[in-house]
Amino acid sequence: MTPEQRQAFEEGLYQFVGRSLHPEPKRSYDTVNGAMIRQWAEVMGDRNPAYTDADWAASSARGHLIAPPAMLYVWNQEGYAVASTGRPGDGLADLVAYFDSHGFTGSLGTNVDQEYFAEAKLGDAIYEDAVIEEISEQKSTARGLGYFLQTLAKFRNQDGELIGTQRFRVFKFIPPEVPAQEKPESATELELPTRIQAPRGQDNAWWWDACDEGRVLIQRCKSCQTLRHPPRPMCGECQSTEWDSIESSLDGEIYSFVEMHYPKFPGYQYPLIVAVISLAEGTRLVANVVGIDSAEVRIGLKVKGRVEQVDEKTMLPQFYPVDAAEVSA
Amino acid sequence: MSICDKSAIVGIANTEFSKNSGRSELQLAAEAVRDALKDAGLSPADVDGMTTFTLDNTDEIELARAVGIGDLTFYSRVPHGGGAATGLVHQAVMAVASGMAECVVCYRALNGRSGHRYSSGVSGPLLTADAIHWGWYTPYGLMTPASWVAMYSQRYMHLTTDCQDAMFEIAQAQRDYAVRNPAAFFYEQPFSREDYDQAKKIVSPLKLLDCCQESDGGSAVIITTAERARDLRHTPVAIKGVGQAAAANMESMTSFYRPEIAAIPSMDIAAREAYQQSGLSAADIDAAVIYDAFTPIVLWQLESWGFCEPYTAPQFVLDGAFRPDGRLPTNTHGGQLSEAYIHGVNGVVEAAKLVRGDSVNQPAKTVDHVLVTSGVGVPTGGALLGKL
Repeated sequence: MTPEQRQAFEEGLYQFVGRSLHPEPKRSYDTVNGAMIRQWAEVMGDRNPAYTDADWAASSARGHLIAPPAMLYVWNQEGYAVASTGRPGDGLADLVAYFDSHGFTGSLGTNVDQEYFAEAKLGDAIYEDAVIEEISEQKSTARGLGYFLQTLAKFRNQDGELIGTQRFRVFKFIPPEVPAQEKPESATELELPTRIQAPRGQDNAWWWDACDEGRVLIQRCKSCQTLRHPPRPMCGECQSTEWDSIESSLDGEIYSFVEMHYPKFPGYQYPLIVAVISLAEGTRLVANVVGIDSAEVRIGLKVKGRVEQVDEKTMLPQFYPVDAAEVSA
Repeated sequence: MSICDKSAIVGIANTEFSKNSGRSELQLAAEAVRDALKDAGLSPADVDGMTTFTLDNTDEIELARAVGIGDLTFYSRVPHGGGAATGLVHQAVMAVASGMAECVVCYRALNGRSGHRYSSGVSGPLLTADAIHWGWYTPYGLMTPASWVAMYSQRYMHLTTDCQDAMFEIAQAQRDYAVRNPAAFFYEQPFSREDYDQAKKIVSPLKLLDCCQESDGGSAVIITTAERARDLRHTPVAIKGVGQAAAANMESMTSFYRPEIAAIPSMDIAAREAYQQSGLSAADIDAAVIYDAFTPIVLWQLESWGFCEPYTAPQFVLDGAFRPDGRLPTNTHGGQLSEAYIHGVNGVVEAAKLVRGDSVNQPAKTVDHVLVTSGVGVPTGGALLGKL
């Protein structure tokens, strides 16, 4: 929308403020009645005897049943049959059509505020008189660009006594466009979940970058040659911050291990065994053990690792029992 | 006691200041600490306490490991951003004056321009040493408390005998207490060995009944001076000793790189500290509340606190020690396995009740001294409670 188009749109838009929704006050389809009250109270879980217990009500200060005040909006509601066959044009319908024709097709109800002034009792007819009270300036929200519109409905009984009012606020907005390729056409186009990626920062990205290239490195202090894993920026032996690395042979043995059963995480393949591996170089590495029946895994088992792509995004060292690794190598 | 003249600043250092340090916050902190120690003529091994801002992204234990600092018996954090600056001195002075630590490092390091800028408010991702630490495990699927504890448990089971039976005995002894505790979630709900064996596998070797519950609730305890305590309505419960520790080469829940992982060196140190402060020994302890997020962790703590020799806790438990008439009635509220999981603070409440003589499952014998411990796998601690 150019600034000129927007100005023209808004000029037409704000004409709607003050327009009535109905040519004359709309009478409720039914008078206030016990059956609708009982059903409403049951659905809402409202057990107040003032609404449904005639004997209790007779002995109360009022001497009769009343309708729950929050039912205010119920009496004049159109049913599914009316709504589905289309309403006669009214101020609100015209406003919605005006929004839609300019691309503001999104609708989101945001607030309902009711005020109560008198009680409705059985047999009352309820007359609704509603206007478009307010249309906001253009707002940019997380949902998109649009306008808040607010209607004010006043509800009176057959004697013209004001029972209550309801303000209803709706956000009409331009829904953000969803690029066609992001709309999955079929299950095969759904993106499969992957394993949770390790965050990469200054102290560890180099290790994961090497892993992506198929190598497992072990950090080595340049000053005293001590190996350390997981990597950290200073040598705990000599406090040097100078380091390089060596490549691991991935020869090792299982120091301890677990099998993950519950909960299961999307993106991980089960059975899932995670072990602490003692590497031949002397450091330890946590990694998966694969290519072996869960029941065969034990502490002390000799294993050989290789870096494998385990899903679309993830390269990880995976360790096989030594015999199996020899067979498949 | 006044803290006047009880402590002094002996070493100081800054890194260079810039708009782009080119290295991690962990490294900046490590360099500043290393240089301050050098300035003092001390070595990393001399440090036993650390304190920083709650806002600091660098974990005490990650920093300790980077610098080569060993066992810690004091660590704390001060909230409210820059309001913490002299708060660090405040913490260190209290620790040194009270004897909880001898040499405390105060630190703060940040990439406040090239990294997370405070001017950006509370948005944006933080790449902390702790986040990087979890990254060594999550890609492999090792990412639940049960999984981390199971890794130690497998190793402990490998080195002991009858461990599975002892895990069952812990779970059932505690459940039997909960059965008689109306406040417990599992009140009047006992289970059998068959129930235990057939329960869902969580992370082998742990099954469902080896794991604590998840609960909603709150617990609190009030601590005042001994003098005031004597004038109040209940039998005072004195703190005879309290230790905390982060042993060398510590990671949060994943300390898989120590020579032997089927043990809790942090709790060994906390126990030593608490026993030293109190003048008590294991023989003086009549009952206990031992942190029980999972059954095996109870076993290792019994060894840390000297109730039995290393790798013999299963036999100690299988002798009926935890039962009402046993050597060490333990988790008499049902524990976190069977009363509720309020992060161990409901355990502190129960320990105080045991000293008062008010436990719903109060043992028949005289209870003079009670041990209560914190969660393990992380830096941990324990307290010895008794009568004034």
